Amino acid sequence: MRTLDAVITDSPVFEGLTQEQLELIGGCASNVGFEAGERLFREGDRADAFFLVRHGLVSLEAYVPNRGPITVETIGPGEIVGWSWLVPPYMWHFTGRAVDDVRAVQFDGACLRRKCDDDPVLGYELLTRFALVLVDRLQATRLQLMDVYGDNVG
Amino acid sequence: MAPLPYVVARKRRETRDVWTLELEPVDEAIEQIRPGQFTMLYRFGVGEAPISSSGDPELGFRLVHTMREAGQVTRGLCAAKPGDLVGVRGPFGNAWPVDTARGKDVVFVAGGIGLPPLRGAVYDVLAHRNGFGRVVLLYGGRSPGELVFRSDVERWRSRLDVDVEVTVDTAGHDWRGNVGVVTKLIPRAPFDPANAVAFVVGPEIMMRFAAAALIERGLPQESLWISMERTMRCGVGLCGHCQLGPTLICRDGPVYRWDEMRPWLEVAAL
Repeated sequence: MRTLDAVITDSPVFEGLTQEQLELIGGCASNVGFEAGERLFREGDRADAFFLVRHGLVSLEAYVPNRGPITVETIGPGEIVGWSWLVPPYMWHFTGRAVDDVRAVQFDGACLRRKCDDDPVLGYELLTRFALVLVDRLQATRLQLMDVYGDNVG
Repeated sequence: MAPLPYVVARKRRETRDVWTLELEPVDEAIEQIRPGQFTMLYRFGVGEAPISSSGDPELGFRLVHTMREAGQVTRGLCAAKPGDLVGVRGPFGNAWPVDTARGKDVVFVAGGIGLPPLRGAVYDVLAHRNGFGRVVLLYGGRSPGELVFRSDVERWRSRLDVDVEVTVDTAGHDWRGNVGVVTKLIPRAPFDPANAVAFVVGPEIMMRFAAAALIERGLPQESLWISMERTMRCGVGLCGHCQLGPTLICRDGPVYRWDEMRPWLEVAAL
């Protein structure tokens, strides 16, 4: 079984960080598990965490009146769930739910924010990496919005 | 080049507006069609449309075509009933270069109604499964109800020697799979980019994003193939309707190596 440190070190999100920085990040991390259907976090709640998915799928849902919960995206192994911990007002914009049994590393966002305040180099590195996550999500969302499958004729 | 008469042997509804027709020759058959090629299907009294083959190459002279009701001709074809006659010209265009993938991992990326033109190549690879490395199918659709060939996808997914991931752009609470664009599946798909060949079909914008993700993953541009689509009329490179830059898609395509086609996809209004 791989250790928590190994999982963090091998994650592309943290690639290139120094051993010291990885240890600082690891100090705010813990292993977590969620059963299928279980909620990781709820829209509108304070966002003081993010997750590195190790196994399973996490859905991001929004509740639409008269339609019920709509899944806007799923996040799978190796990917990061949550960036709201990084920017004020530190509030979840969607509800996160385990589609199937999920294993993940949970990072304490408040703990990491404090460490970033104390160590701006670490803060810059993390911000750069989360900016890439955000850009990827933005590009994917743009493609989703184009509804490209609507008029493609085979 | 007169169309040959074929009879609709079977008809299957794939989604709300996508149908599959199985056609058998009344008398003379066209040449054996290969995965990636297309025919011009003629609905008598309505008109003609280019439709990719979606059949298993092992089916011999039985043609399988899958199409969305998009215009007058495809609506007419989709309305055809078993026993009705349609005209067939072809086969036209080139085929997927499946042999270039022998000994390598094979990655199929399909978006929307892009799965039918790939289906024959998937069958071909699976029929010679030992000749290839890992086989990966990444399939994206608009919603769960608009996924085509669901029984095929489920059967492939149940195999231990094929990795299948399906995603949809939007889904309700009852969908327990991936949600998001198909390109998001590429970074975590299990293949060795240095020793793989990818075949991609879907809307052009999706193919551009898929190509970018595959290349970022490390796939050489020369190992990436796409299938193009433009308005076609003659099917034999005479009328020029399907010209794209220096190429006529009906004659030189529809299958192109990515690095040959990429410059033309970046030219607006072509």
